[in-house]
Amino acid sequence: MTDEPCIAVHDLDMAYGDRVIQRNLTFTVNRGDIFIIMGGSGCGKSTLLRSMVGLLRPVRGEVAYSGQSFWGANPAVRERLLRRFGILYQAGALWSSMTLAENVALPLGEFTTLRPDEVRELVSLKLALVGLAGYEDFYPSEISGGMRKRAGLARALALDPDILFFDEPSAGLDPISSRRLDDLILELRDSLGATVVIVTHELASIFAIGNNAVFLDAATKTMLATGDPKVLRAETTIPTVRQFLTRGEEGDGHA
Amino acid sequence: MSAHTVVPEQSVQDTCAMVIDHPAEDLLVLRLSGAWRIGKALPSPDVARQAINQTPGVRRLAFDTQGVTAWDSRFLAFAGQVITEGTARQLTVDRSGLPAGVRQLLDLAAAVPARQDTGAGVGPSWLARFGLGGIAFAQNAIAMLAFLGEAALSVLMLLRGRARVRRIDFLQFLQDCGAQALPIVTLISFLVGVILAYVGAIQLRQFGAQIYVADLVGIAMTREMGAMMTAIIMAGRTGAAFAAQLGTMQVNEEIDALATFGIPPMQFLVLPRLLALALMMPLLTLYADLLGILGGAMVGLGLLHLGGVQYYLRTAAAVDLHDLSAGLIKSVVFGILVAIAGCLRGMECGRSSAEVGRAATAAVVTGIVSIIVADALLTVIFDLLGF
Repeated sequence: MTDEPCIAVHDLDMAYGDRVIQRNLTFTVNRGDIFIIMGGSGCGKSTLLRSMVGLLRPVRGEVAYSGQSFWGANPAVRERLLRRFGILYQAGALWSSMTLAENVALPLGEFTTLRPDEVRELVSLKLALVGLAGYEDFYPSEISGGMRKRAGLARALALDPDILFFDEPSAGLDPISSRRLDDLILELRDSLGATVVIVTHELASIFAIGNNAVFLDAATKTMLATGDPKVLRAETTIPTVRQFLTRGEEGDGHA
Repeated sequence: MSAHTVVPEQSVQDTCAMVIDHPAEDLLVLRLSGAWRIGKALPSPDVARQAINQTPGVRRLAFDTQGVTAWDSRFLAFAGQVITEGTARQLTVDRSGLPAGVRQLLDLAAAVPARQDTGAGVGPSWLARFGLGGIAFAQNAIAMLAFLGEAALSVLMLLRGRARVRRIDFLQFLQDCGAQALPIVTLISFLVGVILAYVGAIQLRQFGAQIYVADLVGIAMTREMGAMMTAIIMAGRTGAAFAAQLGTMQVNEEIDALATFGIPPMQFLVLPRLLALALMMPLLTLYADLLGILGGAMVGLGLLHLGGVQYYLRTAAAVDLHDLSAGLIKSVVFGILVAIAGCLRGMECGRSSAEVGRAATAAVVTGIVSIIVADALLTVIFDLLGF
């Protein structure tokens, strides 16, 4: 289990119906990585995330967690793998008919044998971790977008996941909140020992926290590079990647 | 009032004008002047086009815009059209006479070429559309069957005590589809009873057989109208609400969030709604039957001057347990159909707010169609069974 990379994606093709989104994706994510899925708008970053967390079956290829194939596994194994994930959706995706506390408590109630008072304690702790102590009884519609995102993170942390997935964490946040979220992600990785996969095109975040990445290209519908984004910026010879990582200031000037 | 409105900067110069000049054999110059703004009467680009097409020997096109005092996007559109026409006629277009801003914006608009293969515009032929409609219908039917099967499996899971249903959700839905539907069910079924009695009364009075209004209303309400009217109310009220709730959850990725926690949305979201409606429908129907008979009695007593006891006894003699249970069996089936239609359309919902509206509409349509079809089938089956 220790030798296997935490996540291995091999020869993945994804499509919605006849429309191919990305093909021939092969990369690995090591344990403890903060792995960035980057690329221009509409290149299929979020789709790749959906394929990795079991929401969209790829048309070809394999996603393996610690050597265990995800899509080839039977439903029971898949459910056990899912239990190890924590996912923060783009807008939080909190269940709107439940309070924040109920949102965080639901997975705890479903998958653990904790007593209600123990659940309550854990819920308060998770909400406090993301800076939302005291907001237990608020409904998602009563708090701001940034708070909703943090509450979504608290829910993603509910079951102490090994792998955290973030879909555009800084979308719709001001630079300071987005920076705070980055710090929070780093801290959680260090203290929980989790592996983090982030979909983003926010260059500041990419260089601040990412130590491994894959670059998806919309035009060629495949990945162009994988590796540490800082190294990629310094060394890549691929114009599209270079241009993206330098905000179009280097590489060929064609916009 | 408008006749006397004075716009201060309005002057003779501001009137838009175009003079087509032909200073050399091969040169055409458009001399433009005035304030070219939205809301002004502008010269038509067709005039310029005509000049370009009909002046013989023209090789070059130029602009003189020294008289232009102001311009906005309408000027831009005008210049764009003239330039396009000139280029199409293979003229050399000299744009240096245009204001610098106009030149830059025209460049910007031309920077990305218009997309050719958007696929819009040319629809399939009527035969292809007919075929596509047929395929869509078949896929729809298969999707509904698959959904029904999955729902049945989750009911089995529930019976084995392994389904994930939150009790509080279930109770909430019981209240939503039960107690909160009472006012509208009261109103509609009472009035349906009144209408039935009226229709019957007018005919039966001709034979002096008014008392049979009680039979008519009693049997019609219990066998048919009670269940059907309640089902149609619930399709419009609750089925649409289910579709909108689940559709919105789909848009907000809430359903994805459930699925990735390993909580099957079918058990967690659909099952409580399905059970609540299937349980509440027969109760509502029973209530609707009673209210309908009351409505009929009101007409009988008020219009036909029948006695209250007489009416009651006649109804009791006419309606037997078969009629009542036929209606109740139907109501359970209708309840399941309405819930399935609502949940199916909600779960199928796309990821935009327009899709949520479409899902709610589709839920009501599917619900009502399946109610009527099922009613016809059940009526025939009950008849064959002598029920």
